[in-house]
This record gives sequence, C-alpha cells and structure tokens, in this order.
Amino acid sequence: MTTIGWIQIALYCAVVLALVKPLGGYMTSVFSGERTFLSPILRPVEAGLYWVAGVDEKREQHWLTYTVAMLLFHAAGFLGLYAVIRLQGVLPFNPAGQSAVAEDLSFNTAISFITNTNWQNYGGESTMSYLTQMLGLTVHNFLSAAAGIALAIALIRGFARSSMRTIGNFWVDIVRCTLYVLLPICVVYTLFLVWQGIPQTLGAYVDATTLEGAKQTIAVGPVASQVAIKMLGTNGGGFFNANAAHPFENPTALSNFIQMISIFALGAAMTNVFGRMVGNPRQGWAILAVMGVLFIAGVAVTYGAEASGTTGLNALGLTGGNMEGKELRFGIVASSLFAVVTTAASCGAVNAMHDSFTAIGGMIPLINMQLGEIIVGGVGAGLYGMLLFVVLAIFVAGLMVGRTPEYVGKKIEAREVKMAMLAILVLPLMYLGWTAVAVVLPSAVASMANAGPHGFTEVLYAFTSATGNNGSAFGGLTGNTFFYNLTLASSMFVGRFFMIVPAMAMAGSLAAKKSIAPSAGTLPTTGGLFVGLVIGVILIIGGLTFFPALALGPIVEHLAMTANTLF
Amino acid sequence: MLREVRPAIVLLLGLTAITGLGYPLAMTGIAETIMPSQAQGSLITRDGKIVGSSLIGQEFKGDEYFHGRPSATLGPDPQDSTKTVPQPYNAVNSMGSNLGPTSKALIDRVKEDVEKLKAENPSMPVPIDLVTTSGSGLDPNISPEGALFQVPRVAKARKLPEDRVRQLVTDKVEGRLGGLLGEPRVNVLALNLALDAAAPK
Repeated sequence: MTTIGWIQIALYCAVVLALVKPLGGYMTSVFSGERTFLSPILRPVEAGLYWVAGVDEKREQHWLTYTVAMLLFHAAGFLGLYAVIRLQGVLPFNPAGQSAVAEDLSFNTAISFITNTNWQNYGGESTMSYLTQMLGLTVHNFLSAAAGIALAIALIRGFARSSMRTIGNFWVDIVRCTLYVLLPICVVYTLFLVWQGIPQTLGAYVDATTLEGAKQTIAVGPVASQVAIKMLGTNGGGFFNANAAHPFENPTALSNFIQMISIFALGAAMTNVFGRMVGNPRQGWAILAVMGVLFIAGVAVTYGAEASGTTGLNALGLTGGNMEGKELRFGIVASSLFAVVTTAASCGAVNAMHDSFTAIGGMIPLINMQLGEIIVGGVGAGLYGMLLFVVLAIFVAGLMVGRTPEYVGKKIEAREVKMAMLAILVLPLMYLGWTAVAVVLPSAVASMANAGPHGFTEVLYAFTSATGNNGSAFGGLTGNTFFYNLTLASSMFVGRFFMIVPAMAMAGSLAAKKSIAPSAGTLPTTGGLFVGLVIGVILIIGGLTFFPALALGPIVEHLAMTANTLF
Repeated sequence: MLREVRPAIVLLLGLTAITGLGYPLAMTGIAETIMPSQAQGSLITRDGKIVGSSLIGQEFKGDEYFHGRPSATLGPDPQDSTKTVPQPYNAVNSMGSNLGPTSKALIDRVKEDVEKLKAENPSMPVPIDLVTTSGSGLDPNISPEGALFQVPRVAKARKLPEDRVRQLVTDKVEGRLGGLLGEPRVNVLALNLALDAAAPK
C-alpha cells in the first residue's frame, strides 16, 4: 500500500460525500412532483407519456397495486427483451452479422437485465448486435435502475407518511426517475466518456494492419451511451466481454475515477432522500455512516491483500503486488477500490478480473454481495435492503430493553419484522442452495476453470452475484451452459423480486400506521450507538449465514497460498 | 389490476423509444460531429492505412519492437471452428486469464516468461507487468520499467545506441493525472511508432 494510493481513496470518498446533498435534494424534489430546472423541456414529454398510457398522475396506489404495476412492467420488459435478442439476426443495426442467441442464453440474459443484475454469460462484442445493445440492453439499464429507485421511494414514503393507504404511483415514479434523474445525467456523462476515448458509433468493426503486418479487427459500437447508464444505474453489464477493464469501456485513470463515483452517486444520495422525506436529514447520514464504516473496512482489506501480491508470484522475485488480471493504467489501488465499490453497490462492472485476485482480496467482494449489497448498494435496492437490516437492528434493540421498537416515528411490530426476515433469508437460500447443488453435479463442476478451493469459490461467487443482482463474476467459470443459464436466472429472479415484494408489503403496513412523536424511551437513531448496533446486526446475520461457505473457499485457499500449495 | 396493463405496455414502448433509440442515436450524432476521432475508436493511420487504435494494445513479437504485456485472449481455431486457441490481442474477444492465486498453470506460465526475460536482460529485475496478463487482454500500456527493461534488446535489433532508445522511452512516459490518479505508463504502440519514425527498419 502506498500513500498516493490512500490519497486516491480519500479523494474518492470526499467526492462521493460532496455529491450526497445536492443529488439528494434534487431527487427529493423530483419524487415530490415539484418543478425542477429541467421541467420546461421534460414536462411536455412526461405529460405526453401519461396521456398516451392513460395514467392519472394524481391517483396514488395501494402497495399491492404499486407492486403489481411494477411486476407487469417487468413482465412486458422481459418479453420484449427476449424477443429482441432472439430476433437480432434479422433486425437492423447489425454490421457484425451477429446471429440469434440460443434460447437458454437469451432467457438468462433477459432475466439478468430486467433484474438489474446484468450478469453476462455472453461476450458482448462477439454475441450482441448494436440494436440489441441499444434497444435491448441500454433500455433495461435505465428501466431496472429506475424501478429500483421507485421502489425505494415507495418504502421511504411508508416511513414518512402517517395513516395513509397509498405509497405513490409506480408509473409516475418510474417515468420521473428515467426522465429527470437518469437521462439528463447520462447525456452529459456520455459526452464526457467519448471525450476520454470511449467509442460512440454505428460503424462496423475496424480492420487494422498492425506494425508487424498482422490483421487486427477492432470491435467498436455505440459504447459510451451504454457505459454511462451501466455505471450510473449500478447495472454493470459491459458492452464488451472484459467490461470496464476494456480500454474502450474505461480508457483512462480519469474515466475510471468518474465511473467509480457514478456507481455510488445515486445510491449514496438515496440516504439523503430518506433523511429529507422522513423529516430529519440526520437519519440519512446515520445510515450512510453504517455504509461508510463497512466500505472503508472492505477497501483496506482488499487493497492490502492485492498490494501484498501472491506467494507464488513473490517467490519468483516479482514485486509490485498482484498484477495478474489488472490493467496497467489502473494499477493495484484503482483496481482494488473498483472491486470493492462495484460489489458494495450492486453494480458488477469490473475493471480487473476478480477471478485472479488474491484469496482475501477476492473474498471482500464476495462478502459485500453476501451482506445483501447494502453498503450503498444498487440504486434504490441498496437503501431498501439497508432499511430491512435497520428494522431488524431496531427490533433486536427493542428486545434487549423490553420496549416496542420505534424507527423514525413508526412502531416496528411483528409484521414488519417478519417481512424483513423473509426478504433477508431468501438470499442465502438461493446462493448457498444452488452452490450445494452445483458442486455435486459433475457437469456443473466441469465448468470450473481453476482447480482446488478456487474452483468452489468461482461457483459460490456466481450464485452470490446472481442472487445479489450484482453481475460481477469470477469469470473463469463457464456459465453459458444449460444448467447455469437456468439456475443463475432463477437466482437473479428470486434475489430481486422475493426481496421487493416483502419490502413493499412493509411499506404498505408502515404507511397505514400513525406516526408517533419520540419519547424519553425511544432509541435515538442518529447517533453512534445506533450506527454500531446496525453494523453489529449486519455482521452477525452475515457471519452466521455464510462463514462456513467462505471457510471452504477463500479462507482455505488463503491458507494454501501462504503454504505455497498450487492446484 | 387490469387497468395497469395499458400503462405497462405503453410506458415500456415509450421509454424504450426514448432510452433505446432517441438517446443512443442522438449521442452518436453529437459525438461523431464534435469528437469524430474518439467516437470512431481513436484510430491511428500511417501512410493512409489504419495501423490500430491508440487505446487498444496489439501484438508485438519481433526483437525490433517493444512488446506489450502477455494477453490471454482467444480466437477461433483455424483447424476446427468449434474450438478456440490462444490469439493474443484479439480485439473482438476481450478477456483475462482468470487464473487464480493458487493456480499451477499461472505460476508455470509466469515462471517460463520470467526465465526468458532474465536471459534477455540480466541487469534489471523483471517488471511484473511484463509477465502478467491484463484484465482485457488488450492493455495498451506497459510500465516505464517494463519499457526500459526492453531497451537493450530493441537497441541491438535496431542498431541504435541504447541512450537514444532510452530517450524515446522517456519521452513517451505518461505520469499520473494531476500527479494523483492512475499509474505511470508507456503506450506501446505510440512508442513503437516513434521508434519506426526515428529509425526505419
């Protein structure tokens, strides 16, 4: 580890923190239906969409209607996306002549993009046409992100409102999020990325003659417009197979820095939206503090492990840390930081190959995802995931002192705790369950690229990433098989929607409750005690759930590595 | 509930048109107008021919050029199209090696490369970037040490004084942005173009 490395990390945190208030304020006014500085341009488009769709923007929805609307929207999105991928061979904007994608891979990809996972069992530049990248994948980068934010806003309204039956209108929330938040930022962001060197063209792949006279075909495409929303919406699905490690997706140290900022920007700002909407910004800062402590701890461990290198490489007299799978322009620090950021949030873009990280360096991304991606987390999804843990922490605190727990003026009762537990427990069921199945199926074991405990970690990582809707991978695993396409798709589906429905049920029951004023017996939820309590609950629940699996994978691999055992 | 079906379909189509066609096509139009070079992939031409992209690494094997990092990209096997074979710097199939820290295959590969490089230049420690593959397999850069390490070989092949070649390397070293972001590096293609300009083969 170097001083300049830590300065880069500190600078990163400072910029993210500086954006929390302005973005939080802007998003709060967008979701409160107020006019913004973009309204003169966007309001006619917004009103036009409602008119054609027959949406009455004044009419709010019960939590069940809100959830059904969201599910219908995703069902329609899934069908459309599946159709585009299957039909790309006969559709326009296909200069590379990509043919239709197989059924199981198309199914996996469509589920992957509607759930904000963007897991890639395909190589972008060798599989997808420009039309698929734009009309299929870019669209769902926007919509799945907007849906996540909309759902978080609905849950916040549950906390903020008193004795109401409704939690907002899904159609209004998703349209406003797309038009007023995501699209304007992406327009500016795309131009920045092109300036840094990311291609944005509909022209065909370029044939070059190298200096040594060989032919090199270079894949290009409408890359920048997709990369912008892929990062901002914590989607993470790359235009190219190598994702943000590809020089055309992340050409410079500056593009890398801004991409990392954009992964956290909206998710961190959501804590501020929460604080503002429940009437006390300090409630938002307390949640951000929980996230911040866990984040810094993760960065320190991964950066330390990668900077120390691997026993095998060091034994050959090589110094400078573990550079296998890392790009030179990013080096150890920006690769380690990116890996922690992308898995703390549910982004899943990678600028280095996690599969080649040291055992401990690669374990932190795994833990970040297994904790439920609540360290900032996916846009929206991170906040509602974190609020589930907050409810549990408040409940535990209430048990300890024998009082009915309260949070931001709402009594937390049996229904809320049951819903929170349901949402939290369904995740390990998927990633531990499917991993257990995969490691006893010879055909699934054959997909592992590395032998020994590392192969096990590849499988565990895949199902964890899919369930957490992250999308990053230990990329050596051959995921494009019938078994993995279907089981990973089921993990992504359950990980997204089986968490959302209980969270929305909680939003409904909270909205219906009366808000009560804090009394002398109320646990203050803006101080250090509360922050420590939530961190404790997160780590205890996490530790009990997945420590045994980690012991079989990265922990045993680390011990083997220090003994210089190779597989 | 049925009343939600119409907005589901209409808004999906509307937002798809905006974000899937309007947005990327408008961005393409603007980008190609105001930044045509970057928009098309930062291509480099010499004598009217495209020789590569300044952002994409390419394979160099000969002694008279500086070499980039090892690349793990694969390409179709010319003998059997259902199989893949190593094809370094294949810019239509980016990928890393994905070999883990306890991989015997990784350590065997690195060991072989280290020994080759030690034989080539015993006077310097082997820089790690010259024996590790990048994440994309298309890394356009090597470290300044990685370039300096190769100076004796290149100078000999080009029949140039080592100091002259070392100067070419030093001229091409790019520092951290603002002294802070990124890592010091040398663009291999740019260096080799400068080398060709300085001493035609």
